[in-house]
Amino acid sequence: MKISLKIWRQKNAASKGKMVDYSLNGVEPDMSFLEMLDVLNESLIEKGEEPVEFDHDCREGICGTCSLMINGRAHGPDRFITVCQLHMRSFNDGDTITIEPWRAKAFPVIKDLIVDRTAFDRIQQAGGYISVNTSGRPVDANAIPIEKENADASFNAATCIGCGACVAACKNASAMLFTSAKVSQFALLPQGQVEATERVQNMVRQMDLEGFGNCTNTGACEVECPKGISLENIARMNREYYSASLKG
Amino acid sequence: MSALIKSSLARKVVMALSGLFLVFFLGQHFVINVTSVIAPDTFNSWSHFMGYNPLVQFLLQPILIAGVVIHFVMGFVLEFQNRVARGTVGYASYKGSANASWISRNMLISGAVVLAFLGLHFYDFWFPEMAYKYLEGNPEDPTRYLEETVHKFEPIWRTVLYIVAFVLLALHLLHGFASSFQTMGVNNKYSAGIKTFTKIYAVAIPLGFIFIAIYHHLNPITH
Amino acid sequence: MGILDSKVPSGPLADKWTKHKNDIDLVNPANKRNIDIIVVGTGLAGGSAAATLAELGYNVKTFCYQDSPRRAHSIAAQGGVNAAKNYQGDGDSVYRLFYDTVKGGDYRSREGNVYRLAEVSTNIIDQCVAQGVPFAREYGGLLDNRSFGGVLVSRTFYAKGQTGQQLLLGAYAAMNRQIQRGKIKSYTRHEMLDVVLVDGKARGIIARDLVTGEIERHSGHAVVLATGGYGNLFYLSTYCMGANVMAAWKAHKRGAFFANPCFTQIHPTCIPVSGEHQSKLTLMSESLRNDGRIWVPKRLEDAKAIREGKLKPTQLKEEDRDYYLERRYPAFGNLVPRDVASRAAKERCDAGFGVNKTGEAVYLDFEAAIMRYGKEKAYTSGLKDPDKNTVRKLGKEVVEAKYGNLFQMYEKIVDQNPYETPMMIYPAVHYTMGGLWVDYNLQTTIPGCYAAGEANFSDHGANRLGASALMQGLADGYFVLPYTIGDYLSNDIRTGTIPTDSPEFDAAEQNVRERIQKLMSGKGLHSVDYYHKLLGKIMWNKCGMSRNAQDLKDAMKEIAELRVDFWENVKVTGEPDAKNQELEKAGRVADFLELGELFAKDALDRNESCGGHFREEYQTPEGEALRDDENYKYVSAWEYVGDPKDAKLHKEELTYENIQVKTRSYK
Repeated sequence: MKISLKIWRQKNAASKGKMVDYSLNGVEPDMSFLEMLDVLNESLIEKGEEPVEFDHDCREGICGTCSLMINGRAHGPDRFITVCQLHMRSFNDGDTITIEPWRAKAFPVIKDLIVDRTAFDRIQQAGGYISVNTSGRPVDANAIPIEKENADASFNAATCIGCGACVAACKNASAMLFTSAKVSQFALLPQGQVEATERVQNMVRQMDLEGFGNCTNTGACEVECPKGISLENIARMNREYYSASLKG
Repeated sequence: MSALIKSSLARKVVMALSGLFLVFFLGQHFVINVTSVIAPDTFNSWSHFMGYNPLVQFLLQPILIAGVVIHFVMGFVLEFQNRVARGTVGYASYKGSANASWISRNMLISGAVVLAFLGLHFYDFWFPEMAYKYLEGNPEDPTRYLEETVHKFEPIWRTVLYIVAFVLLALHLLHGFASSFQTMGVNNKYSAGIKTFTKIYAVAIPLGFIFIAIYHHLNPITH
Repeated sequence: MGILDSKVPSGPLADKWTKHKNDIDLVNPANKRNIDIIVVGTGLAGGSAAATLAELGYNVKTFCYQDSPRRAHSIAAQGGVNAAKNYQGDGDSVYRLFYDTVKGGDYRSREGNVYRLAEVSTNIIDQCVAQGVPFAREYGGLLDNRSFGGVLVSRTFYAKGQTGQQLLLGAYAAMNRQIQRGKIKSYTRHEMLDVVLVDGKARGIIARDLVTGEIERHSGHAVVLATGGYGNLFYLSTYCMGANVMAAWKAHKRGAFFANPCFTQIHPTCIPVSGEHQSKLTLMSESLRNDGRIWVPKRLEDAKAIREGKLKPTQLKEEDRDYYLERRYPAFGNLVPRDVASRAAKERCDAGFGVNKTGEAVYLDFEAAIMRYGKEKAYTSGLKDPDKNTVRKLGKEVVEAKYGNLFQMYEKIVDQNPYETPMMIYPAVHYTMGGLWVDYNLQTTIPGCYAAGEANFSDHGANRLGASALMQGLADGYFVLPYTIGDYLSNDIRTGTIPTDSPEFDAAEQNVRERIQKLMSGKGLHSVDYYHKLLGKIMWNKCGMSRNAQDLKDAMKEIAELRVDFWENVKVTGEPDAKNQELEKAGRVADFLELGELFAKDALDRNESCGGHFREEYQTPEGEALRDDENYKYVSAWEYVGDPKDAKLHKEELTYENIQVKTRSYK
């Protein structure tokens, strides 16, 4: 296959970037999208040009590192996958593919297609945990039975990989799906109840401080989430937040 | 109050609550208007009640106006913040249609059209009414409302403008009504039912208004 | 061999750990505030260690090359975590977990460490549940278990196919709590380039900020390395792309012994390589072997026809198929341990029976399982005489419920429907049992330098059992290292902050800068990946699933030559003082080019077959591994003396007082 590429190139955070055109021959349908970029980079290195930098690590859809906007969609055209699981057979010979970094004020570009997602870490640090000492002596794991339905729902919320596709796809660059997934994981478990009031308020406050947009319930995040995190989590966080605010 | 400005979730609640309030008001407005077609006398008497009952005039009316103002102002504020949140460089290619409906992404457009329509609507009815009652100090006349209303729909341009506005209002409601439940934290086994109800409501009420406008345009009152 | 003191406490096996905890020195809480600890790597072991150390009151600095600790490759572990909870009442116990682990490791692990691992395994589950890790539960609300890797009890706790993710997010959350408290300072997108020794003790590191390229000095009273395994030595593996040996290798060059480097786990069920462009291999959970049957064609001409696309596997009659695991190992069949299954697949493919275009794949067939489950389902739903299509349809539903997400993942990658045609699988490098040599306290041979998790060598011997990697990472980090490190640090309460302007730091930084300069000034003939791929080929072909003396000698020579070529001709684009992924890769590959040689040397030294290490010269007439307990019941700990091929061997003899050393047989 022959593919034309339009890729965002930006030297560093301070410099101005631009879209640059490349064309690539010998793309095979069995290649993953990132392997296609590897091939492009090999050809650039051969020519003595700097390769395109992009974030990636596990290449099996679980670490959440890869983060490309492909033809206007987070993680490309297919649902429930990350870029590393996207294969070139999803494209046709002669296609032009536009590749951009996630765009959000809270995710500044570091270089080329790499953005800084530490805003997500700070939201987690604001309260995304249960304050038990690891060095303490907790009670036996089976001391508190948890309804399977809640345990499963909590797990589903916890499968968020923190890739940022929700923010990238949302027209408002809102981080509600990400934040609510963590809030929900703990809200659904008895262990999470003790700190519930403070957790949701602190996490929402940090989310706002980072400069993410407001949720307008377009549902784009849910569609583009590689793990299919549900909008129910946002509703749950809203409930948690209101009841927490009323408690003071 | 400071929390209201500071927290994104509180801003959303304000949007949702004011929106729901306006949705409720819209239904009540429709019920009164539909009598102009099926029971003209009732229309006149209800209109008169609304126009002269002090509770309606001096408590509900200011609340309504406040609701409208808050909903619109907050809508613009949120939209502004959301655009800033994207950052200084936007996407060269952004396929919003792939993951969200046009209307959910363009509430500003439908909202702005409805706002413009409200301007016309106030110009048509509310200002003359205020002038009639409070500036000119005319005496009460419980029979004048139907004729005044029907008279407005004589020109085709106004009728068409009303129809366009109601179509946009329907679109606005199609997303906004159900969305406000999600914002209020309602997403459970009843949600499917709520969504169906909001869809029916969002289409039926504006259609009803359109019917009333066309009916009056086609049936002018001639003396 | 007095140089290697494992420091395993005396006394009865079951009391060693408790006794040790009672005997070692402690640091009082007020003094902990004056002690800094550097933790490199923030996966399960590093993340949990950092959180606990900070909780105890130490000042912790963490370093990871990822953009967040949450992305460490522990996240990719699918199956589960073992713990001797015996919730199922099926006769499990600490001793049984200990026994299974030592036996599974083919009697090449240290008894005392493994027993401690089994002992603290139960705490892990309590701890994680308290932290809100959403493990799978039964309808009664209690924790669910499954059996794993052919052991006789159900002791594996899991969270669907994402157990590693959930455990890592738990450790990351515990870290976040301490970051918020100011007790951990987290440096992300940072890579450790050297460890700094002052007066023979590990006192800090040199790190590179991967965003700005800045070289930084960080000091501490102790350095913990939890940087994972080195399987990327093989280029293609199930590891993440960034996994590297840099921290461990730098420590090795500064005096930490490297133990059993040749003990590598090659996992039998991975998706085969599809072409030259391949960058990484994807694991399909071991659980698939519970229901899938592994086969290749019986006749060479059928295999050839399949490779050429002229024949479909489903067209091959039952009698023309060779279910080679069932044939060779009638007792365990498709459920033999990982090392045995992997070697058997390689043997068939080498003999020309491979089934994909590269000739390196075997079938994992679910047809029998689909029909078996379908029949069962039909009967229980009251269908007396179901036709074949109904049975297949019902069976598919059952299989989908069990393995749906894996089948979907397979279809995404291979573009074939595994419900209709058998899966193709092939072994891939998955885990390294070898690593930095550590004593019972997890301290390396450098005082003050500790190693935890996959980065150390201690618990898995020559072969790791399924669901034990997560257990070891968390045991080391949450429950072992934070206590044993106090014994060392109790001597440092009056030391005060370690200055970073000492000559030792100057020299280390200078060393790092020169190396970067050297990497950037190659002649520019070939890219970093070019060398990495060549190294991977040598490793896979000559140091892979089966090894022989001649190949290993060749490998050592070829790797040494490749290393020279690399340093002369490598092309690293970009700038040293900016974000530069090529430079990052170059530094990592340079280390692999040294480790590879030591790896081959270690394999050459070990004249026996055990666990994942199979030497062709040492096998039974039936082709099974032949262990030599008389001569090789030791840990090979290598000391760096200037060139990998000259590395000096130190032996830690293994003694088994509580377990009878037997031959593993799966026939």
